[in-house]
Amino acid sequence: MIQDLLQKVKLRAAPLVGGDGASPLSIPRDLLFKCPRCQTVQTREDFDASGKVCVSCGYHARLTARERLGCTVDEGSFEEFDEGLSSCNPIDFPGYEEKIAQLQASTGLREAVVTGRCAIEGEKAVIAVMDSHFMMASMGSVVGEKITRAFERAAEEGLPIVVFTASGGARMQEGVISLMQMAKTSGAAARHSRRGLLYITVLTDPTTGGVTASFASLGDIIIAEPKVLVGFAGRRVIEGTIKQRLPESFQSAEFLEEHGFVDMIVTRREMKRTLGRLLAVHGKGAGRHE
Amino acid sequence: MSKKKTAWERMLLVREKERPTIRDYIPLVFDEFWEMHGDRFYGDDGAVLGGIAVLDGIPVTVIAQVKGRSLEENKQSNFAMPHPEGYRKALRLMKQAEKFHRPVVCFIDTPGAFCGVEAEERGQGEAIARNLFEMMELRTPILSIVLGEGGSGGALALGVADRVAMLENALYSVISPRGFASILWKDASREQEAADIMRITAEDLVGFGVAEDIILEPAGGAHRDPEKMAASLRKYVKETILKFAEFPIEKLLESRYDRFRKIGEFTTAQSD
Repeated sequence: MIQDLLQKVKLRAAPLVGGDGASPLSIPRDLLFKCPRCQTVQTREDFDASGKVCVSCGYHARLTARERLGCTVDEGSFEEFDEGLSSCNPIDFPGYEEKIAQLQASTGLREAVVTGRCAIEGEKAVIAVMDSHFMMASMGSVVGEKITRAFERAAEEGLPIVVFTASGGARMQEGVISLMQMAKTSGAAARHSRRGLLYITVLTDPTTGGVTASFASLGDIIIAEPKVLVGFAGRRVIEGTIKQRLPESFQSAEFLEEHGFVDMIVTRREMKRTLGRLLAVHGKGAGRHE
Repeated sequence: MSKKKTAWERMLLVREKERPTIRDYIPLVFDEFWEMHGDRFYGDDGAVLGGIAVLDGIPVTVIAQVKGRSLEENKQSNFAMPHPEGYRKALRLMKQAEKFHRPVVCFIDTPGAFCGVEAEERGQGEAIARNLFEMMELRTPILSIVLGEGGSGGALALGVADRVAMLENALYSVISPRGFASILWKDASREQEAADIMRITAEDLVGFGVAEDIILEPAGGAHRDPEKMAASLRKYVKETILKFAEFPIEKLLESRYDRFRKIGEFTTAQSD
């Protein structure tokens, strides 16, 4: 508790030292990073140099879709699908359009998932990357549609698909329409699977709710980054039900692995090579015994 | 006919203690019922009931979420909030139905999948996801009927069907109105306001293409005349499964996929 407080003070105080002094509001908040898992404060420089991995506990922090593509796909190989898709307001939820417009301006994304065709270590694949910076990558119509189309295109072209998941769950602002995206995406995953094609899920921080309860849990191979949060129900909801605090490790990648819901935990440094090899092993001519 | 009830009024009505549950309907809707237990992996979940029923000589597989009326009943059925083994039992029985070419009839009546430590340990998310994945391709017809509350992914896991019907006062939503208010407005006490803007009534859902049919309830609600309600259910179930029998399975699977495929509202920018 006290340490927490001190760290907060430290965080607040630190920028004053490095600030440009123009205005108390133009604080470069980026000087330090506090790990949400182990609470260790580290310099942004060290944290960035390690690929946004906590230097103390190895927690793999959230990346933007652009950063993720940058460290995953072969340079120049990415061709984006459906980048023009944008959300509507099916239940006329007050303020939803404004919120979307704001996020589009601040993130440079049109929605919470980026999909396309790429090569990973020379292996062709369809890829989808969810970006938690856009409304916690909740799944509404656009996310559901883009994921579905990505599976359908991969099936048409006979390609494997890799999905980096991150999500707060279904997008409540779109009401029951968002719930139905769970069935739609899972159905598309089923059709892709029926074609005998590979689907790799990479669970990143945080993957929860309706995304966990749909395509995120359906990979032939399910990989997780270390320490990330993956679960169905929110921790606070469960704590409220059982009236006690849950251990830090609850709903972590390691917790899932222990309970049999993750094939492997792979560090960010090893991710690209791992994906490349797994894609190659499932490639044409591989594993045929007919 | 009297004025349509608001979503909030319906919510109070479906939570009415006297509202009939699947246990009331089964002996009235079906001529025979053989309950089957267990998921063959872990245990038997009292929140999900399943088995083989016969309706006018037609065998069907019935899967349902079980609400209780007394504390004792609710202890058994966990207030109709299934654990993963409930969804896995449902899937096992659906696969059994597929093998024997029986239509599946699901009755949805849950506030949601259970949120608890053990549910997470046993893979609640995976269990629901697996049902969505498998139901989309299940090679036998599926009919789902929302009896009262259709809460979130926990309801959808019995709802990937060729046809979805709602009882007149039933609701189907992405999250409970209370959860909606608490997350989006940080104020759970605005539950009623949330219920009324979320578009969760039978008419709303038919409008969205999420459900096809509305089964009318006796005046004042199903609890006023459970036998009459059951008779309407029986008629609806029978007519619907006979209709399914007219379609080859490939055609049914194609339209099941399209049913969900077309749900979603978005725009496409010109520049792309």
